[in-house]
Amino acid sequence: MKLRGSEFEIEPERYELLDGPAYKFDLERRDFFRVLGAGILVLIPGAGDAQESGGTVQRDRNSVPEDVGAWIHVDPDGIVRVFTGKAEVGQNIRTSLSQVVAEELRTPVDRIRLVMADTALTPFDAGTFGSRTTPVMAPQLRLAAATAREALLELAAKRLKSERSALQVEAGRIVDPRSKRALSFGELSGGEKLLRTVSRDVATTPPDDWSVTGTSVPKVDGRTYVTGAHIYTVDLTRPGMLVGKVLRPAAFDATLESLDASAARTLPGVTVVRDGDFVGVAAPDETCAAEAIRALRPVWKTMPQPSNKDLFQHLKENPASSAGRGRGGPAARGSIAEGMAAADYKQSATYSVAYIAHAPLEPRAAVAEWNGPNLIVWTGTQRPFGVREELCRAFGIPQDRVRVIVPDTGSGYGGKHSGEAAVEAARIARTAGRPVRLVWTREEEFIWAYFRPAGVIEVSGGIRRDGSITAWEFHNYNSGGSAIAPVYDFPNQLTEFHPSRSPLRQGSYRGLAATANHFARESFIDELAHAVELDPVVVRLKNLTNPRLRSVIEAAAERFGWQEKRSSNGSGTGIAAGFEKGSYLAACVEVEIEQRSRIRLRRVVQAFECGAVVNPEHLKNQVEGCILQGLGGALFEEVDFENGKILNPRFSGYRVPRFSDVPPIEVVLVDRRDLPSAGAGETPIVGLAPAIANAVFRATGSRLRSMPLARGGIKL
Amino acid sequence: MSRIKEISVNGARRPIDADSDRTLLSVLRDDLRLTGTKYGCGEGQCGACTVLMDGKSVRSCMTSLGAAVGKQIVTIEGLEKEGRLHPVQEAFLETGALQCGYCTSGMIMSAVGLLGRNPRPGREEIIRYMEGNVCRCCTYPRIIAAIEKASGGMS
Repeated sequence: MKLRGSEFEIEPERYELLDGPAYKFDLERRDFFRVLGAGILVLIPGAGDAQESGGTVQRDRNSVPEDVGAWIHVDPDGIVRVFTGKAEVGQNIRTSLSQVVAEELRTPVDRIRLVMADTALTPFDAGTFGSRTTPVMAPQLRLAAATAREALLELAAKRLKSERSALQVEAGRIVDPRSKRALSFGELSGGEKLLRTVSRDVATTPPDDWSVTGTSVPKVDGRTYVTGAHIYTVDLTRPGMLVGKVLRPAAFDATLESLDASAARTLPGVTVVRDGDFVGVAAPDETCAAEAIRALRPVWKTMPQPSNKDLFQHLKENPASSAGRGRGGPAARGSIAEGMAAADYKQSATYSVAYIAHAPLEPRAAVAEWNGPNLIVWTGTQRPFGVREELCRAFGIPQDRVRVIVPDTGSGYGGKHSGEAAVEAARIARTAGRPVRLVWTREEEFIWAYFRPAGVIEVSGGIRRDGSITAWEFHNYNSGGSAIAPVYDFPNQLTEFHPSRSPLRQGSYRGLAATANHFARESFIDELAHAVELDPVVVRLKNLTNPRLRSVIEAAAERFGWQEKRSSNGSGTGIAAGFEKGSYLAACVEVEIEQRSRIRLRRVVQAFECGAVVNPEHLKNQVEGCILQGLGGALFEEVDFENGKILNPRFSGYRVPRFSDVPPIEVVLVDRRDLPSAGAGETPIVGLAPAIANAVFRATGSRLRSMPLARGGIKL
Repeated sequence: MSRIKEISVNGARRPIDADSDRTLLSVLRDDLRLTGTKYGCGEGQCGACTVLMDGKSVRSCMTSLGAAVGKQIVTIEGLEKEGRLHPVQEAFLETGALQCGYCTSGMIMSAVGLLGRNPRPGREEIIRYMEGNVCRCCTYPRIIAAIEKASGGMS
């Protein structure tokens, strides 16, 4: 039996594993202005510099730092271009980052242009994941914009011969209120080649004075989406472009014993590429490419592999050889034995989560073009620089010969960290000698992408009659260590993540480990509360001093009317709360059991707190989206597989949330202007599944411990 | 199999030269470069490829070119008139009914098809009609709100 190798071992939270050596940016000062043209340029040192200097950068402010995180350029036409390696995949950071820059430069949002995720134009960025854009990139850009504003003020003071302190910045201009004279940003930056490095002590706008951030600025390029004008990777064409397609193996890890390509090669305009086990074709159009693939006669050698029905046993019995990667290893406090001895009631339970698919509606796609030894690839990915690495490795070429450009992409949810389509398109294009576009089919996306890890979680604990939880032992097999530590104040606790050898290729997903760990934790707390006949909200608050988590629990319970709700036969209420990646949430749900087997959500109330809110409407949109996407994983999404094959690789076989699944949702945003903004694209997904499981228990007395909860209907 | 030489798209007769058994989706995207219409699944399960055919919403990935001959096809690119967005497009912008936007063309075309059939659909009818359109970002509540808003605006 063959298991998937170390290449695709569990990556609990991918960003932790990617924190490699700092990237050394090699542009010289003159290069910047050659590429960008004249103007005012502000460079933002990357994390490497900040760490080395303890956060305060002492350097010549006109020199190029060794390690650049982003930059801002004020063009002579007054347009402010912001360069960042982050990618837009639907989370609306093109808008939120524009807001931050507009705020500090006191200039309208429509004067800001973000240049994103292009390895030739933007500085290195590890990737767009881990809810890092808002807490890490936005503050950097805020400082850069404030530095640019100060540089403009300096220039204006000189040109207007005014006192700098008397000048005001408004609507993209510097104004001297006394002389009534004004200079626009464009007039100031024209002809200049002024370079500044971000000053960490420049004054930025305090949240209480925000007038652009903190407001619901609409999606900056929304019109291009509602008119169909936005060009995704799948929509790109290049002169002379061919269509590429890959021959997929009969099963995972199959090897190609032989290939008869003679019939395919006779098709007009078709090129067949074979390179080891890789077989692809280039053809004039999609129809012809599909025909060429059908005409190939491969013989695959396959080998036995684990199946879904044995999954949970398999994960427990096959520890990964590299245990200790990620957050593996135990974390302990107090004594479990003493905690158990002090409890009035003790219990153990096992929970599980299935593999699920991201199924981004824009499938993986790439357009690859070789110009002599140089390669350009357009592709939808959350990690443009990671994909560049993959291409460099695949073709043995240096970084400066590869450019990866990411058009704003048709979603990712953590599922587009890799560059499969990019490598495939480039390989086919190299042999075909023409640009190649390669778009995965839905079936390819379901089978050959990677999955959210499945997992088994074993919990045991003890509670006293007064509701205090005295012991907490928690073991997660395979699904990841993020958010495994409870925010609750359990005096005796042991938590441990045990990496497994996964039967399927697995990787990042929106809040992947946090979803599994919250499902088990928040369900088990409910089990303990029920055992001592205490209200689940009371038990949570009894074991919790963290004020931020307490406040979202109270906010959700109050809006929901938790006190007044009584469960009855056939309907029930449930609550779950949690913390992940800097933000806090609590979800209350009411369920109804229809025909003794179908879970229907009557109502969802979710309180969410991520510090100072940058864009309330877009945040609400993310929270709602997380709740509903979380509903799929909670109730019915599951990848079914057997012996190296995916059995449900289609939307007709893999059910995703649809319009009829949508319950009434109320989102309560707790805006904390006194706290730094945290990311919000992931955490709101973690609360729904345990809240539903808890509500189903109140309605029926049945405890569902396996996600998806409604797999094949619930048994009562 | 026969060759098709012309179809009517967005009010114009468009010369083409394509086999009648090709999908309408492929001809719109590859031959006419109308890329607003998206491939999502190829089996009529996600609605990303929705266009109007004689006013009714159809899945262009399941519609053969032959079946589109002599019909009036409207794609997302054909909704805007003289620089003015269709009320459904406006409503999607106003309610923020999108995240990544990949499903948006299909959602809007389905909604226009629905409102063409019933200008004042109730919430249940909206849900029933739109059930075949998938938004993986799950902006469903906002899409429902957008359709309700457009329905008021069109009456």
